[in-house]
This record gives sequence, structure tokens and C-alpha cells, in this order.
Amino acid sequence: MPEVVTLVVNGVSVTMPKGSMVAAAILKTGIHGFRRSVSGEARGPLCGMGICFECRVTIDGEQHCRSCQTVCREGMDVRACG
Amino acid sequence: MPVGEAHHVCDVLVVGAGPAGMAAAFRAARSGARVAVVDDNPAVGGQIWRGEQAKPKSKQAQEWFEKIRSVDFEFINAARVFEQTSPGTVRAETPDGVLELSYRSLLLATGARELFLPFPGWTLPNVMGAGGLQALVKSGLPIEGKRVVVAGSGPLLLAVGAYLRGRGAEVLVIAEQASSWRLARFGIRLVREKEKFLQAWKLRREFSRKGAKAQRKSVRYLSGCWVVAAHGEEKLEKLTLFRGGKRWEVSCDYLACGFHLVPNVELPELLGCAVENGCVRVDEFQQTTVPQVYSAGETTGIGGLELSLVEGEIAGLAAAGKHDDARQLFPVREKHRRFAQLLNRTFALREELKQLSAPDTIVCRCEDVTFARLRAQSSWRAAKLQTRCGMGPCQGRVCGGAVEFLFGWRAQSVRPPVLPVRVESLVRGSE
Repeated sequence: MPEVVTLVVNGVSVTMPKGSMVAAAILKTGIHGFRRSVSGEARGPLCGMGICFECRVTIDGEQHCRSCQTVCREGMDVRACG
Repeated sequence: MPVGEAHHVCDVLVVGAGPAGMAAAFRAARSGARVAVVDDNPAVGGQIWRGEQAKPKSKQAQEWFEKIRSVDFEFINAARVFEQTSPGTVRAETPDGVLELSYRSLLLATGARELFLPFPGWTLPNVMGAGGLQALVKSGLPIEGKRVVVAGSGPLLLAVGAYLRGRGAEVLVIAEQASSWRLARFGIRLVREKEKFLQAWKLRREFSRKGAKAQRKSVRYLSGCWVVAAHGEEKLEKLTLFRGGKRWEVSCDYLACGFHLVPNVELPELLGCAVENGCVRVDEFQQTTVPQVYSAGETTGIGGLELSLVEGEIAGLAAAGKHDDARQLFPVREKHRRFAQLLNRTFALREELKQLSAPDTIVCRCEDVTFARLRAQSSWRAAKLQTRCGMGPCQGRVCGGAVEFLFGWRAQSVRPPVLPVRVESLVRGSE
């Protein structure tokens, strides 16, 4: 059985294979808006590789974390506000 | 020294652990140099071999992961080089603090990013890059049963389509903007490159009728075809595609859309390396215009995996002082360079793509600057000053390529830090 980690996205528990990125976990919970743009549009990941900063979320209280470059850890608390 | 600030000293510092960086690190370390490699990602492999360290998916990946494991070097992951403090020393931010890295030779293998072009609706969630969606699936996103349209330009589209389908996605259309005429010429020239031809033929066959039948659903690979609009409320719901004067709509869950690649030259520019036509200029030993600073791979021009590897090997050898060994590899590099030129001609972007934006289409996604506001400006500098275009967190990495294609403006100067960093990272070791 592959190793897994469980994290919490906007209060919902989600289990991911070990080594997965937070952006994938957020999409898996059915959330597509990761952040709000300066004019209020919902945005989600674009580049998937740390360049575009569209996938920024709050992780364990720290704002503006690029979820596509952050590896899922057990018990992580993720807040997307799109 | 402040908490979390550590100092590393090496002979050769490699920035970027994709194929070029891996090849460079391997060659330099084998030549006896003390090598350190830094990368923004959690593991070596770059984008092309993302997540494959434990289980490589090709013989070539397997071979290079084995090679890199056979040599001694220091790998520093989740680290982003953001400034140079003095010649020979750069600083990198990691989740645990700042690292100071000193080197005798520096090797920049920062790779490339996708070129994104704006069109109405492209800012909707679930509209992603082609490589972008692939990276997310490699990072754990379940794609089984999802309806995906792959669009844009370049050989990456076929690879992404095949990959996604292999993971259970329903790939509805692959829309390539290049004309069938250009693609046919590419095919003819490709026959000379036996290995590449077989690769392409295998991918293409996967999308042929026979292959598609086995998958029940047929996949259409359409040349001269592109997305003109994405529609949806809070996320992507459907697309309007265009081909040969006709428009039609396709409902889908994801759009994977990228218009080939652009080199990541911000860090080389910060260090003073000359950049020409968007690529870092190098000499025959892959040395940039700054002595002891080398560059290899897509950073020096988009050329694909094989070219990246051989450039990395040459740069790694040269950085370790093995110029004669490096010279042996010149003919191989020459062969792959010719292929790269062919590739870039084939997938040159058509003029019609400049007409996709509506006045209210957002071009700069960080600052929400519209096409209409940019059109009124005269230069990149004027656009930055008047509209804040390119001044958000991505620092023009996304809109810069689009603006250059749409208006012909090139970003002029790069300033430290080249990436957004924490304030405490900017405060140097004064305590």
C-alpha cells in the first residue's frame, strides 16, 4: 500500500499519496479558486511549477505560500480563499 | 550569524536540478570538483522528470538518476537563489532560512517556463499550462475521468496529451496552432533524426484512430487550431475553439494550454550575463559573458532534452577545468542544435494569436491589467509605471512573454531580489 498523508483544506480532510503537492490536494477536495485577484476574480494554479504565484494559499497560518511547490505534510492546515 | 543563515562553500555551484543541471553536476563531480546543486523543487529531475526519482519512466531518466547517484555532491532542495551579495557569493531562501553559497564557478541551468498568451477567459480556474496541468498530475492531482483539452503549440502538447490519457483523462482535442504544412515539413526533416522520429511516431500513433479505438474515445489532433475563449462562472466550463474559419464549443473540466517555452533568464540577467533574443549568450564552453559563470540547457535557448543534457555535460566539464573532455562533446551538441532550430521554426507563433484578447481581457494576472490599458502604452517601462503591469509577485514572468509577443516590448532590467522573499531574508547577517 502506498504511504499517504492526511491534511485539512478549508476544514475538509483529504488524503494524498506521500510526496504530493498541496495544490493537488486542494483541487482534489473540489476547490478551484485558490485566491482572489486584486480585482476580486477567483484564481487557481496556472504554471504548476512555482513561477506564476496564482496558487498562493495560507498554510499553517503563513500567507502567500505557493501551494504547487509545497509538499503535503501530515496534519497541515490549508486555507484557500478563492 | 542570524538564526537559519548557513554558509556553504563549493567549487561548482549548479542552480537548477533538471537534466542540464544533473548532467553538469555529474560531470563536474566526476572530474573531482566539490559540487553543490540548488533547486526550488523538492527533488532532482526538473520538470521533465518531476516525481520520477524513485521510479523513472524512461531508460534515459533511469540512466541519469543512476549517474547522479553515483557521484558525491550536495543537493539543497526548496531553495531559491534571489540575490548576489558579491561576485562569487549568492543567497538563497529556503523554508528554514537563508543560505549563503560561495563558489569558484557558477552554473546556471534555470530551465524554461511555458509561454502563456491571453485570450478571453484564460484567468478562470482550471485553465492551466500544458506542462502546468501535467506537473500537477505528477504532483498528485487525480485526473481519471476528467475531460481535458490540450492546446497551444509545440511538441510538449503530444507528450502531455499522451501522459494525461495514460493517467485516465479523457483527452477531447489536442489543438496545435502550427499549420499542417509546417508540421508536415517538420515530419520530413524528423526522419533524419531516427530516434526522435520514432518517439514522435509513437506519440502520434497513440492518437490515431486505431489507438483511439482501443481507448473507446477518439482523440483529435488538430493542426491550425486554437482556443479563442474560455467560459465559466467561477471555473472553466467550456471552450470556444477555432479552426479554418469555423468556431465550435467544447465542454471540459481542464484546459492545458501553453505556447511552447521561454527561457528563465532572470537570475543570469541579475548576475550580469548578456541575454540575446531572450536566451543567455554562451561561448563554445557554455561560459556566459561573465567569467566563471556558465549556463546550459533551455536557459541558453529552447532545444529539448538531448541538447540540455549535452550542454550540461560540456558546462560541467568546463567549469571543472576539463576543457579537452568538453570539446569531445561539441559534435553531439551541434547535431542537437540543428534539431532545436528546426523545432523553433516549426512551432513559430502565428500572427492571428495577437488578436485573441478583448479590451477587457486581463494580460497581467498579478495586477489585473487589461489589454486595453496596455495597448495605450508605448513601452514596457511606460506600462510598468502607468499600469503596474509586471510588478506583482511573478515579476513579469507570466505577462512578460505575452507582452513581448503582443506589443514587441522586452523587459529591460532585473533587480534583486529576483523573486518575492521574506523581509527577514533581505536583512543581511548584520547580527
